[in-house]
Amino acid sequence: MTAPLTPEQADRLAVSWRDAPGLWGFLTTVDHKRIAARYILTVVLLMFLAGMLALDMRLQLAWPDMGRMTPQLYNESFSLHGSTMLFLVSVPVMEAMAIWLVPLMLGQRALAFPRLAAFSYWLYLGGVLMLWVPHAVGITPDLGWFEYPPLSGPGYAPGHRADIWAQMITFTEVAALAASVNVVATVLKMRPPGMTLARIPVFVWSQAIAGLMTIFSLPAVMLVTSMLIADRLVSTQFFAPAAGGDPILFQHLFWWFGHPEVYIIFLPAAGFVSMIVETFSRRTLFGHVAVVLSMLGIAALAFGLWVHHMFAVGLPRLGNDFYTAASMAVALPAGLQIFCWIATLWSGRPRFDTPLLWVLGFIATFVIGGLSGVMAASAPLDQQITDTYFIVAHFHYVLIGGAILPLLGAFCYWYPKATGRLMSERLGKLAFWLIVGGFNLGFFPMHLLGLMGMPRRVYTYSEGMGWGPLNLVATLGSAIAVAGGLVFVANAWWSRRHGALAGPDPWGGSTLEWAVPSPPPQHNFDHLPVVDSLTPLWTQKEALQVMTGLAVERREVLVTSVIEATPEYRQKSPKPSIAPLFSALAVTILFIGSIFTPWALVWGAVPLAAALIAWFWPQRERATTGPLAVRR
Amino acid sequence: MSGLQSALEPAGEQAAGIHGLFWLMMLVCGAMYLLVLGGVAWTLWRAFRRRRPASEPTIDPPDIGLNRGMLGWAGLIVVGLTVLITASFLVERNIAAARARDALEVRVTGHQWWWRIEYRDPRTGGWIETANELHLPLGRTTRVALGSADVIHSFWVPNIAQKLDVIPGRINLLDLTPTRPGWFRGQCAEFCGVQHAHMAFDVKVDAPEDFERWLAGQAKAAAIPADPVAARGQQVVTGGQCAMCHTIRGTPSTGRAGPDLTHFGSRRSVAAGTLTMSRGAVQGWIAQPQALKPGTMMPPVALSGPDADAASRYLMELQ
Repeated sequence: MTAPLTPEQADRLAVSWRDAPGLWGFLTTVDHKRIAARYILTVVLLMFLAGMLALDMRLQLAWPDMGRMTPQLYNESFSLHGSTMLFLVSVPVMEAMAIWLVPLMLGQRALAFPRLAAFSYWLYLGGVLMLWVPHAVGITPDLGWFEYPPLSGPGYAPGHRADIWAQMITFTEVAALAASVNVVATVLKMRPPGMTLARIPVFVWSQAIAGLMTIFSLPAVMLVTSMLIADRLVSTQFFAPAAGGDPILFQHLFWWFGHPEVYIIFLPAAGFVSMIVETFSRRTLFGHVAVVLSMLGIAALAFGLWVHHMFAVGLPRLGNDFYTAASMAVALPAGLQIFCWIATLWSGRPRFDTPLLWVLGFIATFVIGGLSGVMAASAPLDQQITDTYFIVAHFHYVLIGGAILPLLGAFCYWYPKATGRLMSERLGKLAFWLIVGGFNLGFFPMHLLGLMGMPRRVYTYSEGMGWGPLNLVATLGSAIAVAGGLVFVANAWWSRRHGALAGPDPWGGSTLEWAVPSPPPQHNFDHLPVVDSLTPLWTQKEALQVMTGLAVERREVLVTSVIEATPEYRQKSPKPSIAPLFSALAVTILFIGSIFTPWALVWGAVPLAAALIAWFWPQRERATTGPLAVRR
Repeated sequence: MSGLQSALEPAGEQAAGIHGLFWLMMLVCGAMYLLVLGGVAWTLWRAFRRRRPASEPTIDPPDIGLNRGMLGWAGLIVVGLTVLITASFLVERNIAAARARDALEVRVTGHQWWWRIEYRDPRTGGWIETANELHLPLGRTTRVALGSADVIHSFWVPNIAQKLDVIPGRINLLDLTPTRPGWFRGQCAEFCGVQHAHMAFDVKVDAPEDFERWLAGQAKAAAIPADPVAARGQQVVTGGQCAMCHTIRGTPSTGRAGPDLTHFGSRRSVAAGTLTMSRGAVQGWIAQPQALKPGTMMPPVALSGPDADAASRYLMELQ
């Protein structure tokens, strides 16, 4: 351990990394923590809105032949609920956690591309507004979160509802690609010295893998929604069977993205679980290698099983059999992860604080979703249950059980790091029981409803179908879960002022983020830590080894090698800038314009080019000596 | 009516095979879930028996037993999956085997939001058209050729067989082999627009000879009404707005946009499973379709009181 920074050095460092005060600082910041906080607050608001939509729909379905919603309103509600939860909540919130945590876990002062992170948030916000502002003025997309043509084609969906949905996808997917590239580059090139591939924390692995999956899968959905817009705007015929197009092409491309998306959401959640289990078991995670390899296995399989969303399309049987086997195979890596987590707890001496409770709730709930997924993977069985409430139950068990419950646990776990205060345990436990209990009460009956013949996306049903009682139970359970969600948010709100002071490491965590004060200063680490194990804070008990030499008078980060993380060079990290916001605005104009005219792609490129030129304008003075000087 | 649209009460060869597969899955998956819960319970019991959580972390304990346990667990998962994948293949093969059989030919076309149904006439080789009510002979395989007139739908009679999508530009074949007579219900299972919820159809499984009799009846043109009120009704229906979209064979009504009404009165429900068949329902449907099924393609038809009465009586007599 070297000597701490002198007061002068500490001041210089703080000044170098400080944002401008006030609104200007708000608009120009490239601080990964501020950007992530924005993402998370936006997500919480959207979760509330989409949750209210869900409750509204549950009330409509609670009794047979209810008339409180028109079919149009119901269709708009489930479209908005699904699109929001999948494109604007689940994926972005996992990216937000990566943007916030990855630099902290890597002992770094910034992400690899700080301005790109700012750009990705502004563009994501554009996507949010793209969907919700039209909703406020009554032009809500009404064709589900998938918008299959020909229903979404020019012949059956006049007006701009379908375009709004398609372009919202483009917004959020560009934002997600920007975030993923950023995270992957940071993990590969900005690890602290000593953090070889074998010493990367599971959470960081999960985010790097999810980022790579995003990069490989999201272009497919952007392509397919662009083809849809082209069909609608300039009369291409990609999906028009009469002109030689094929509506099934849309489904293939959509699910090529759509299935990996589920694991893009789930893998970071598995990362949360691994970190929480390790800390609260008071032992290093059992089967680190197995867990990481399982994640890689899931990522690889994810690209080979999209057809299981299309078993009822009538594709050749041999294909169905292949995708049945591939889909079921996912149970092996997922099952191994579950084993490793339980084994860690079993052999450790666990402390049952709320973050760990969420993990236990996750195991009990998610495994049901995984097993119903095994059922749905069988082509013949899926042809009975697909597009019924069984599937509604299945994917809510996977997404809420598998991703949201760990996310809530992660929120409790890292909340003290972000705010400096602990959340209330009592309110936390109340929220836990309401959410986990309400969710299971609300969604388990849906399995039965599906088997009893209730299709998805119906705004009502007649009394004679016999689906009334279970639907009422489902509504009741959902309402309890929503109440639990409100308690959770209230807890976060209250604890921000009144929670117990946390200090840097309230849980005794093993990874680097617990080495900095809570909340972390803008530059995160005074000195770059040097890592000698998977659990540096547990193995270097006395004091963390550090590396000195990064400048204090300007923003600098260390770039290291991909495999061994040996230091390579110091890299200047960009200062705050308004350019990401302007670029995002220019992209927004281009995207919105291209709903109405293809020429928007031409004239819209002009402000975008201007904004990008401003963004990338060289800031370094020309060298007057050395090799670069020769080129003058 | 409960149980008429349920995968849990199979009444067909295909549905029965899948139903068996479902319970095998429940058995295997249920056992796995209990093992996981058992592991969690054991963990909790151990933790609470010891009571004292450790403050000092343990780093990289040897974990020899746990490594063996993980191998065993992986083996168990592989065995379970192998059983389920094999069972799934076998069930699928059985379902596909019906394709080799000689089958009754039926064409079903999905429309927003109703079903056009056509039977091959055993006498003439032509097609006998009806709508929203499918009759099937017991114990014989019926091969349904699924086509769409507009968007994607999905044809599903859960008691008898699995579902299959109805896709514009394609013809999908589905085999149905009912094993129990009676009434069942089918419903569109792929979101197809604003009235997706009201795109159902009734299914009647009959003894083969009853089915033959029914089909022969359907092949006939509509009867000429004897009753003067019904005769007035025929004038109203076949000479007015209705004829633009509906066919009533044997009358000047030859529209093709809506369901064939030749034997309308013999059906069990109105508007693709929306209303139970009755004179009141028919009259209400003609006057206010948008109130009963908002968004339906059926326009309201303004008729005077006596005309509405006559029209509904005529339609009910189309047996």
